[in-house]
Amino acid sequence: MSALVIIAAVTLLALWLGIQARRGRDMNLEQWTVGGRGFGTLLVFLLLAGEIYTTFTFLGGSGFAYGKGAPAFYILCYGALAYIISYWLLPPIWRYAKTHRLISQPDFFVRKYDSPTLGVIVALVGIVALIPYLVLQLKGLGIIVSTASYGAIGSTAAIWMGVVVVTAYVMISGVRASAWTAVIKDVLILAVVLFLGVYLPLHYYGGFGPMFQAIDAAKPGFLVLPEKGQSIAWFDSTVLLTALGFFCWPHSFGSIYTARDERVFRRNAIILPLYQLILLFVFFVGFAAILKTPGLKGPAIDLSLLKLSVATFPPWLVGIIGGAGVLTALVPGSMILVTAGTLLANNLYRAVQPGAAEANVSLLARLLVPVVALVAVAFTLRGGETIVALLLMGYSFVTQLFPALLASLMERNPVTREGAIAGILVGEATVALISLSHVTFDTLFPMLPQWFRDLNVGIVALAANFVVMVLVSAVTQRAAAPRPAAPRQ
Amino acid sequence: MTLIKWLALLPFIGMLGGVFFVNQVTPYVLGLPLLLAWIVLWLLLTSAIMAVIYFTDPANRPERRP
Repeated sequence: MSALVIIAAVTLLALWLGIQARRGRDMNLEQWTVGGRGFGTLLVFLLLAGEIYTTFTFLGGSGFAYGKGAPAFYILCYGALAYIISYWLLPPIWRYAKTHRLISQPDFFVRKYDSPTLGVIVALVGIVALIPYLVLQLKGLGIIVSTASYGAIGSTAAIWMGVVVVTAYVMISGVRASAWTAVIKDVLILAVVLFLGVYLPLHYYGGFGPMFQAIDAAKPGFLVLPEKGQSIAWFDSTVLLTALGFFCWPHSFGSIYTARDERVFRRNAIILPLYQLILLFVFFVGFAAILKTPGLKGPAIDLSLLKLSVATFPPWLVGIIGGAGVLTALVPGSMILVTAGTLLANNLYRAVQPGAAEANVSLLARLLVPVVALVAVAFTLRGGETIVALLLMGYSFVTQLFPALLASLMERNPVTREGAIAGILVGEATVALISLSHVTFDTLFPMLPQWFRDLNVGIVALAANFVVMVLVSAVTQRAAAPRPAAPRQ
Repeated sequence: MTLIKWLALLPFIGMLGGVFFVNQVTPYVLGLPLLLAWIVLWLLLTSAIMAVIYFTDPANRPERRP
């Protein structure tokens, strides 16, 4: 019972913080989606970190370590490499967005390529990728609350309550609510994860060394990358792909716009790799669970952290862990809802109704929040895939935006709007084809060397995208030249 | 700055290239299997390298106010 009270208290605190985040602000669209571009280092840090430390980290990270072992380490690496890239990637994006008063990711592509069509495509890609991401958070929320409340609240009921809370404060306060709730989320998650990651190995094994030695003895080869399958070739290709896709998520892109100045990003590039280390402690929990709560298979591996916690701790402590878990779902969920509402209203509705008044678009964005939330609930209650698989598909979708994004930041962009559109469409089609048919390099080319067959198949989509982008650009550039350049400001 | 910024390539080489040489359990480093210890080391180094780049980058000098 005490677990339930604590989870409820944390949720209500989030609701209150979210609602009061609006105070004293006139919530026009720019305030609602990008916080009036006034966030300092800490809030931007929390928003960027808020997207990283999601239910995926909490449950999926420990579940991945529990179920797969060393391949989980890729999560540590891609974040760090993405932050290095961010030092040079984010400031020009931020400058351009500020100059042109952009509020969403598609806005950026529309301006850079002078193409409303491209904006619609990017908005659609974003929405298609965001929905599984939101579903993922809701699934996690259901698992966390039902397990941490010892079954008192079912998963479905928990999902509905979570959705009502997050929808309410997002409609009222927008991205400010995300930032405010991110503050308590990160404090709580930091405390919980450090505690669990240190306490559980010490308690059950007497230390990190003995724990890893016990795992290595029980499951030889579990703590290194295997010869085939999730091998070194898989590891490197997956780290690179996910590092490139990192800032292509529409809600990450949107949080770039919230910064007050561009040094915010460069400062964060120093701190965020260290912050990645929290994940190390999440892995420790997953590893500790291997020999203590064995036998979880398939989607159930995501339960390893909670199962071990319930088996180890008194209810009030389980309640705090559950409360932290709820926040890891609500904060990213709120950012996704803000972004999805903005994409639909600002980039799809406005594309059809170019003369729409600012106030109407702003209102529509907010009214679409519950709609998006309901769609996600519907998918959540029907779907069955494990957390990591879902996220990887969304990742592949948004990564296809990277080539056109990078090209647009060059001094003289060699890519034409037709090239960008063709590349993105081919890339997305390839991702869809690959995901639906479940092909891998292994099934495609059984005769080639093992390392090649282990490569992340997402590389094919990105390569196809790139080749088509370059070819179509070359053709259309010659046909269209000399085209008057878009006015520079 | 021009030369120092190339330091940022080191973590890519260390993490992506290094795994070929450290993909083993022993020796344990501070209780961690070698592969994991290697990755953790590079997280720390990444942060340090980005700090060096930040503090030598002229773009981050305090703005002079008129």
